[in-house]
Amino acid sequence: MLSMFLALFLVTLISATILGFVYEFTKDAIAESRAAKQTEALKKVLPPFNNNPVQEMYKKAVDGDTLYFFPARKDSALVGIAVNTFSPKGFSGMIRIMVGFLPDGTIRDVAVLEHKETPGLGEKMVRSKSDWSVQFQGKNPKTFKLAVKKDGGDVDAITASTISSRAFCDALERAYKNLTEGGAK
Amino acid sequence: MNQWKNFSKGLIAENAIFVQVLGMCPTLGTTTSAYNGLGMGLATTFVLVMSNIVVSMVRNYIPDKVRIPSFIVIIASFVTVVELTMQAYLPALFEELGLFIPLIVVNCLVLGRAEAFASKNTIWSSTLDGLGMGLGFTLALFMLGSVREILGSGSWFGLKFIQGDGMLLFVLAPGAFLALAYLIAIMNKFNRKNA
Repeated sequence: MLSMFLALFLVTLISATILGFVYEFTKDAIAESRAAKQTEALKKVLPPFNNNPVQEMYKKAVDGDTLYFFPARKDSALVGIAVNTFSPKGFSGMIRIMVGFLPDGTIRDVAVLEHKETPGLGEKMVRSKSDWSVQFQGKNPKTFKLAVKKDGGDVDAITASTISSRAFCDALERAYKNLTEGGAK
Repeated sequence: MNQWKNFSKGLIAENAIFVQVLGMCPTLGTTTSAYNGLGMGLATTFVLVMSNIVVSMVRNYIPDKVRIPSFIVIIASFVTVVELTMQAYLPALFEELGLFIPLIVVNCLVLGRAEAFASKNTIWSSTLDGLGMGLGFTLALFMLGSVREILGSGSWFGLKFIQGDGMLLFVLAPGAFLALAYLIAIMNKFNRKNA
């Protein structure tokens, strides 16, 4: 009886110790690769800047999650704001997108950060898989309705992935709405 | 001779997917492309070999009644090691497979080998068994992933060779079942000829 407790206790103890070490060892690399991904996305969606948008980042809690705003300045003049936005309406869960706005609200570019959409279908929202998301470049949501054509908007949906396309629009719309409401500087 | 058999039986004769039909969840879920299949197979192989080694090392010290929980803890630890390491050094692959890595824990194949083989055999035999089973699993996932990617997306390892979409059905869940069924049928024909 005692040997059973002892054996199981030792097995879990040793496992936990090893995991602790591995966690400590990989922690920095994981944080680094996440930060690198964010910086890369910021560079892609924002016009050239020379401040550190991550330092000036501010948050806004909406719809049960958080939007992150990254103001970009060049020689202290605001040249754009990137928004890390989200939509819970994806075909298989949460989608997070980085979208860069110019000061007048025009979308400069978009980059998908996280998604679980179907490979070969909804996955096409990612730039490396298809050029679908290019259509958002240079559009101002004031005049460009962020909804798929089926819903009366101006966005060409991904073939056979209307739900994913809707979620994409939903995320952009959320970013734009909160950016303008929040009194963009 | 006997050791060679410990290794080779997992490749074809007792192939985890085509013959034993174990571990179907990651098999059907991750094999949307050749690259994903290969990655998942290799991750599982690593866990399988390591857990087989450790289980066979401690097999004489673990009381029978708590052996299953002990095996699961050992397997889960290695899976977490793989998950953290992949997240840190192979973020691109982790993005594709991240969802499925924790599922290696409940892959019947891994616990099955620990229970059926490693807990009764020497370390060396268990290592070979894990390696053979793992490579057989990898081979099967790679074949399934290739078939689905070629038919479904018209590409192989991300290299497009036809324009357009291919047969989308094969990228989606039903295509996984169809492709797997045909592969098993072909393997059965091939095996029977040998017998």
